[in-house]
Amino acid sequence: MTTTTPNRIADVLTRHEQPILEDWLREQLAALSARQDLISEADLRRQSTEFLALFTPACRMGNLTDITTPEWKPGCDFLGDVSRSRAIQGFSPSETATFVFSLKQPLFTRLRQELGTDATALAEEMWSATVLLDKLGLYTTEVYQKTREEVIKRQQTDMLELSTPVVKLWDGIIALPLIGTLDSGRTNVMMNTLLQNIVATGSSIAIVDITGVPTVDTLVAQYLLKTVYAARLMGAECIISGIRPQIAQTMVHLGVEFGNVVTKSTLADALSYAFRQIGCTVTKPAQRA
Amino acid sequence: MNSTKSNTLALRSCEDIVHVRQTVRTWMVEQRFTLVDQTKMVTATSELARNAVDYAGGGTAQLELLEESGRIGIRVLIEDHGPGIANIEQAMTDGFTSGQGMGLGLGGSKRLVDDFEIWSEPGKGTRVSITRWK
Repeated sequence: MTTTTPNRIADVLTRHEQPILEDWLREQLAALSARQDLISEADLRRQSTEFLALFTPACRMGNLTDITTPEWKPGCDFLGDVSRSRAIQGFSPSETATFVFSLKQPLFTRLRQELGTDATALAEEMWSATVLLDKLGLYTTEVYQKTREEVIKRQQTDMLELSTPVVKLWDGIIALPLIGTLDSGRTNVMMNTLLQNIVATGSSIAIVDITGVPTVDTLVAQYLLKTVYAARLMGAECIISGIRPQIAQTMVHLGVEFGNVVTKSTLADALSYAFRQIGCTVTKPAQRA
Repeated sequence: MNSTKSNTLALRSCEDIVHVRQTVRTWMVEQRFTLVDQTKMVTATSELARNAVDYAGGGTAQLELLEESGRIGIRVLIEDHGPGIANIEQAMTDGFTSGQGMGLGLGGSKRLVDDFEIWSEPGKGTRVSITRWK
């Protein structure tokens, strides 16, 4: 009489729960020896115990090939949580997957002890355990990857908001200092914030400063011109400042014409032009005798 | 003419354009090109890379560091397998565009570099090579 394949793994897990756990912990600690700043042994023990408690009953259900079925859900959910927390803590993907993969050795050792004489059964069990643990290990990598992608997405959105602050320089004068690469996503956000701020502050002059933009090609120039024209339609004058010598030369060779758009080399020049436009004069206080 | 260093980068998205641009900039800084030279070459690369991404659905950029009788140069070869350009003369004319741009990219890039070569065959793709000498 032969027992069904899956139950032998579950039996081994139940019978040798404690030694397997200890071996597994030792394996993990060895693999993570350099990362003990990120996770304590106590946490590792808690996670491992909890996973075994979910893993063993799922094995007992008999399905070792498909981890998308309901009996694997608690185990997968738990692994997902572990992966997510490790991705955020700063573990590498392989360190994260090691959590599952390092269970192989302890499990195989016990299987060999139990089934030592029955080579066919041992090969079968080892194979199904490998397939199962590989799937679970890959699952942790997938979750890890997804978590990192979410972090990157969130950072990108944060950057979008950070990078377009509209500042008020004076009554009726606002400025938009641009920093970094202008791609279509950022430029749209920038244009919206600028136009909305023109209305909100009732400004008649908006200065777009491109000192911090490393490359101005025809696409960027086109975005800038569109912004200027849109501002003009709203009754505001838009000045472009921060045109450095190398950008000016490049624009000339490219053949980009800014036409009747006011451009200045520095933000200070733009501001002094803006003051003249709104009829403000700046005077230095008279020297005291 | 010797090629002393070479690197091929993929061009699929806007992020790739930025990456190619940054690589060209780094190489030129290493070779102590002037700021104006750097800016011109980087801008020309940006124009051509954008053409490949926008009109041909992507391609590759091959950077090469050249040395010819003691002179140092940087060459960028942008290649795509897009629709190609039927009338190169027309495409090089300022103000002509088949898309939404300003129509200055090709002609402008030619004016920004020392050597400019373009090969294109409708239905097969386009190759543009630009070189800036120090």
